[in-house]
Amino acid sequence: MAVNMEMNILIVDDYKTMLRIIENLLKQLGFKNVIQAIDGTTALSVLRERPIGLVISDWNMAPMTGLDLLKEVRADRALKSLPFIMVTAESKTENIIAAKTAGVNNYIVKPFNAETLKQKIVAVIGAF
Amino acid sequence: MAIQANSIAADSNAQAALAFLPELKRLAQFIQNAKQDIAAIHPKAINTDHIPLANDELDAVVGATEAATNKIMDVCDDITRIAEAVPPEFKERLINCTTQIYEACNFQDITGQRITKVVAVLKHIDGKVGALLAALGDELGPVKIADNAMTPPTAPDSAAGLLNGPQLPGQGVDQDHIDRLLEKH
Repeated sequence: MAVNMEMNILIVDDYKTMLRIIENLLKQLGFKNVIQAIDGTTALSVLRERPIGLVISDWNMAPMTGLDLLKEVRADRALKSLPFIMVTAESKTENIIAAKTAGVNNYIVKPFNAETLKQKIVAVIGAF
Repeated sequence: MAIQANSIAADSNAQAALAFLPELKRLAQFIQNAKQDIAAIHPKAINTDHIPLANDELDAVVGATEAATNKIMDVCDDITRIAEAVPPEFKERLINCTTQIYEACNFQDITGQRITKVVAVLKHIDGKVGALLAALGDELGPVKIADNAMTPPTAPDSAAGLLNGPQLPGQGVDQDHIDRLLEKH
């Protein structure tokens, strides 16, 4: 099935510059609708109010981390199947295992490039 | 008989205590010298001047890199708009250039997280120095100790054990390793 380039993509990061970088890279990849959230709590509110096709989230945020956000998403009947990619500087083996155990679809370590971002999105939602 | 035995024991204890006296005097002198040495380096300035200054400087670094990164990306946005008005072969090259600039701007997040870790370490040192000054007593002047002065720094939330921020080169795992881990688990 073709990827809907008009779908809403929610990006979550407490660094505004990183939100801007990811949004720009997504737009260059052809995605039209990118929504930003500055932390996990805000992201969860957005997820419960608007239809979202993909979440790309940082891990290290307060008050709700990306891992806690992922767990909330997987525990919510309406959201549990939502594609979720973690983009984070946390690069210890136990982090990757914890994220996988919590149900992450893919994991990108910062700093990353546009090609890696595209590869992981393709792996999660299909080629576009 | 019993009284005599008690008297002998008391004499013996007193002699033992006297034998320790020179050692205790040396220890007291050592502590006094240590206090004077510490006072001579003005340790209170660590709490009142040096660490607050370092925190301010690091905050300024984060602020300046954030402002610069935003400016760079503003210009990238301009270039992207200009790219829409040029022939396709130039458009592609311009977009490739801006993509590489966006990628490079990752640095602001990474350096920001590293600086946040350094600030946490400075706060920890601040608390330890405060506790040391309090233990040394009045000759170094009154010192206010933070409630958590002797508590090691910890991450702020439920995922505390997993929040370590960016790793130094050679530590942590790279993207290929992460991909293999995800396939395996």
